Amino acid sequence: MMPALLAPPSTFTGTAEAITLLVLLSEFAMLRAPLSRSQIRLYAFQSLVVSGLAFYVAADRHIGDLYAVGTFSFLLKVIVVPAVILRLLKDAPEDLAGSHRLGVASMVLIAIAISVFGLFVVASLPIASILLPKAELGLATAAILVSFLLVIMRSDVVSQAVGFFSLENGVSVASLAIASGLSLVAEVAFFFDLLVAVVVLGVLMRLHHGRARTLSTNEMDRLRG
Amino acid sequence: MEWILTAILVVPFAVSVLSWWVPRRVAEALTLGSGVATFVLAWTLVGSTKPVNALGGWLRTDALSTVFLVAVAFLYALTAIFAIGYLRRSGDPSEDRRYSRRYYAGLNLFCWAMAVAPLVDNLALLWVAIEITTVVSALLVAIDDTEGATEAAWKYVIIASLGLGIALFATIIMYSAGTAALGNGYNFTYPVLLSAAAHLPSSVVRLADLLAVLGFGTKMGLFPVHTWLPDAHSEAPTPVSALLSGALLAVSFYAILRFFQITERALGPAFPRNVLLAFGLASLALAALYVIIQRDLKRLLAYSSVEHMGILAIGMSFSAVLAVVGVLLHVLAHAAAKGTAFFGAGSVLRKLRTKDMARIRGVIDVLPWTGPMLVLAVLALSAMPPFGIFRSEFLIVAGGLSSGSDWEAAILVGLVTLAFLGLSWYATRSMMTPVLDPSSLQGSAATRPAPPTRGETSWWMVSSMVLGLIALAILGIHPPEDLAHLLYRAALELGARR
Repeated sequence: MMPALLAPPSTFTGTAEAITLLVLLSEFAMLRAPLSRSQIRLYAFQSLVVSGLAFYVAADRHIGDLYAVGTFSFLLKVIVVPAVILRLLKDAPEDLAGSHRLGVASMVLIAIAISVFGLFVVASLPIASILLPKAELGLATAAILVSFLLVIMRSDVVSQAVGFFSLENGVSVASLAIASGLSLVAEVAFFFDLLVAVVVLGVLMRLHHGRARTLSTNEMDRLRG
Repeated sequence: MEWILTAILVVPFAVSVLSWWVPRRVAEALTLGSGVATFVLAWTLVGSTKPVNALGGWLRTDALSTVFLVAVAFLYALTAIFAIGYLRRSGDPSEDRRYSRRYYAGLNLFCWAMAVAPLVDNLALLWVAIEITTVVSALLVAIDDTEGATEAAWKYVIIASLGLGIALFATIIMYSAGTAALGNGYNFTYPVLLSAAAHLPSSVVRLADLLAVLGFGTKMGLFPVHTWLPDAHSEAPTPVSALLSGALLAVSFYAILRFFQITERALGPAFPRNVLLAFGLASLALAALYVIIQRDLKRLLAYSSVEHMGILAIGMSFSAVLAVVGVLLHVLAHAAAKGTAFFGAGSVLRKLRTKDMARIRGVIDVLPWTGPMLVLAVLALSAMPPFGIFRSEFLIVAGGLSSGSDWEAAILVGLVTLAFLGLSWYATRSMMTPVLDPSSLQGSAATRPAPPTRGETSWWMVSSMVLGLIALAILGIHPPEDLAHLLYRAALELGARR
């Protein structure tokens, strides 16, 4: 009989892991994307993947609440948030090619290192993943860590906002993996909260752009000490 | 009693919505009424010896949550009084109207979210309430639409949101820990988690606690994730600075204490106490050094907040009930003291048009009420008797010594003394030094600055400071008996040893 570790994954496990890997890869793509608009489209794609994962798990495991989570996620993160941010950027035609604090290759290497760290740390923890394979949580943790890198290593307001939104996507995947029973009320509250955060970040982006005529955060150096 | 929780949930929110539509004078009156009503309602809960539930268990107060609710509600009421004087400014009436409606709607919503956080009986909803405080307060920080305010608001919202992202991850991991004992789809409330705490997987709870301290600690202003705090506190309008410092940091501490409570039951006291001790010592050391080099009055008070948050964290690392009672008293006293000090700083700013302590002179002369009260508030923050912070720090140190944490208590006393010297020296020097005689300055009479006229900017602003100092004196000299019992019950809920 084949040992459990060497057994091939089930179709459900393999598909779910492949979908989650797309979440992590889109995070890498956002990290290196030179244009703000392409970053936002990548965020919409990543959100689409997260919504798809929720629908897939809902259908395979017959969990009605996850359909609602997937629908909210699709409407809000795939349609509303990108549309709001793109609209806010209407008057800001500049690209963000110069906003990397390090070279793209160096950033990607750091991202790979912290992703591996995230995967190994999670693998060593005795966390029970009820619906999804445990690798999901590791991939979600890696995506969360890379989203931090995105905020830290890009010096423009769009990347930093997108980094925060994609952090929320990583946490959503983690939530699907280990906290699928969290009540629908709490999930809806998370989404509502994200919507408010988008509006606030959007207002602040506009204020900054209106005042500094740039999306770069390099101008924000007045307050120190 | 259930209706009290529902009323606190409804009234500030309704006032926030109404404030957007009604004239400024009506918004002022509504905000004042809401602040006072919320405090009276919160105070009614102080005498309750049993938990109060409402809305089918979604809302619940025990002794611990009531302490934080009272702190938030008290500062809400004081800020509502102060704001009336602070916002009555001359200028374009239509601009004033736009500003005041955004201000009052935001202020009430901010206070509503801070009051709701201790009311909800669910770790996930607690996170949601605290995240709402972030987004609303970020807009309030930016409301003056200056370069500094925009920069401070951006840094605040990004750093705090990332911190809260970590806190959300901690919340999910804690839920997962509960799944191991309670199965999937359980009720994520404090009593349920506490009752199952002994069966939770220890390494998962350990990770959740660590991430929660790091995540919520970002909003509480713990080192090394405190960097948004001095900027936001110094650039926000003064009433918002007071709320950020006196209430918001406390609410974030409350979230940490909820994780602490569960972790302490699951793993025993050593791990959660050591985590808080490490963050607390680092925060206190940093703040004690930064207080000495500050030249901006509001930044000085902001670093003093980091110092006090460090004291709270260190106090929780002592297991004696005396120390934990001191910590909870410190939450209340710090709310009153920091609110009063920021109100004083706001009055100085209105009168002298500067926050630069090198240029602030003779405050006692030009603001005959505010000046002395600001000095008293700063001395109260520096733990001078007879005010509440003296009593609370005394209890914390005594509790530390009685629980055998002699070195930690000694370091605490040393760093607090250093911060005391910096805070009292720089702040009181600015207040006491006489105003320069303009004729002694170089240059012609036309180019010399006009000396500030003697007199208060607004009696509303003075009243809020008087009330803050009275509360501080009561907390220091003889706290009400019901309140003392409440603090004791809350300390026992946190696992303190008799």
